[in-house]
Amino acid sequence: MQTTPEALASRGPQEQYFAKLADGHFQIQRCADCSAHQFYPRTLCMHCGGTDLAWTSPSGAGTVYSFSVVRRKPEAGGDYNVALVDLQEGVRMMTRIDDVAPDGLRIGMTVQARVVRPEGQPPLVVFVPVEAA
Amino acid sequence: MMSLEALRGQVAVAGVGHAGLGEAHGFTEMEVLAQAASRAVADAGLTMRDIDGLATCSSSATMWSMPVAEYLGIRPQFIEATMLGGSSFVSHLLPAVMALASGQCNAVLVCYGSTQKTAVFGRKEGVKARTLLDPQPFEHPYSPMQPVTSYALAAARHMYQYGTTREQLAEVAVAARAWAQLNPEAAMRDPLTIDDVLRSRPVSDPLTVRDCCLVTDGGGAYVLVRADRARDLKQPPVYVLGSATAVWNRQISSMADLTVTAAAESGRRALAMAGVGVAEVDVAEVYDAFTINTLLFLEDLGFCKKGEGGAFVQDGAIAPGGRLPVNTNGGGLSCVHPGMYGIFLVIEAVRQLRAQAGARQVQGADIALVHGNGGTLSSQSTAILGGPATR
Repeated sequence: MQTTPEALASRGPQEQYFAKLADGHFQIQRCADCSAHQFYPRTLCMHCGGTDLAWTSPSGAGTVYSFSVVRRKPEAGGDYNVALVDLQEGVRMMTRIDDVAPDGLRIGMTVQARVVRPEGQPPLVVFVPVEAA
Repeated sequence: MMSLEALRGQVAVAGVGHAGLGEAHGFTEMEVLAQAASRAVADAGLTMRDIDGLATCSSSATMWSMPVAEYLGIRPQFIEATMLGGSSFVSHLLPAVMALASGQCNAVLVCYGSTQKTAVFGRKEGVKARTLLDPQPFEHPYSPMQPVTSYALAAARHMYQYGTTREQLAEVAVAARAWAQLNPEAAMRDPLTIDDVLRSRPVSDPLTVRDCCLVTDGGGAYVLVRADRARDLKQPPVYVLGSATAVWNRQISSMADLTVTAAAESGRRALAMAGVGVAEVDVAEVYDAFTINTLLFLEDLGFCKKGEGGAFVQDGAIAPGGRLPVNTNGGGLSCVHPGMYGIFLVIEAVRQLRAQAGARQVQGADIALVHGNGGTLSSQSTAILGGPATR
């Protein structure tokens, strides 16, 4: 995405988030008033209602809170996982764990964020097991 | 200011009806809704001309109350169209009670219809359309198979955190099937064992297809009037003793704790309004869209401690003859599930409290707890209903 930083700053937080992601940067918001992080990005802080929010780069370290292997016919692409990961910063997000077989997934396992840009699709934050990262 | 407690028992369900359960080939959702509505009105001993209040909503039409009023030929003075997913027709109770108690109207028709199974634009198309009309850009890119994956995530967490087993989840489906076998109106009445549930087709781990509610057609309706009038009508009155709704989030990824739903709040408030403790509940109708729901709601509503839902349902404890009759019509798992199931929870509770439930009748049922769920564990609505002797 070729949006200039000045132009981007005038856009809503959702568009800003995906523009950053398209450039390979995964950022979340932190509230200047209550210091809490939040995900997904909003125009106000979900914890205190404050509107002074700043982008910050999370460490990317997370823990699998839950996951499910979605069963799909091989001809439709086969099984895949959907996970909820808690970031070190205290926020949770839906995601996918890559580089691991379904029977290698565990709740509580430590994972690391990675931005992927699949061909012809919007950029995506996925996670990989820390051992494989 | 009038207190909620003062509204306890002021309004009663006077009529119930349903139509098109299972497959309603050749009928539109409006037609099954209207058939159910006619039956509910007739059951109350009223006519459609008596209806001056309307509560309804649809999974697809955002302005649904207007075509419904038009179709039924009514001019309602009270319109409630809050759309909270499957809990909607439980959540419509409290606003309707207030409208009746204030004299805004005299007879409220709560109604729903769906032909998601047989319609050309059915469940699959609806799910697809919603990704455009109601985008969730922080969940959709990961292709959760909604709604089942959200519930699967909750089930997996409950198993991890509390040691809940696959077998305990399966008990919920087995109990629902045992009740359905006593209900000639239920869609699925073949025998079902724990092993059958575990060995059925995996959908979104840890849930199999038998952990998931049915996909059926169906319409349902009930009529509310003030209690004094209800006592002079055709059927024994079933009083609305308490009602409360809570919403904490919409998306599963925004739920603070996947093992605690907003039922903890709606249940507490509904019971307080009714002045009833869970120990007094004779029959519970809780929205079993997936087997994990029943465990979560039994815990959150206070029937057992958090984390003990699996043990609570074991050994047929919520099946016929068990310690607590739950989902006595067979539930969404085995009776009927036309997209949004909430109205059928109320209908079944009313039949139990009127002692009109046939072979599945819970003897001496005076107090029923009805609990609706909507979205992906998103909206929670609880009602306490009481039989003729409870007011």
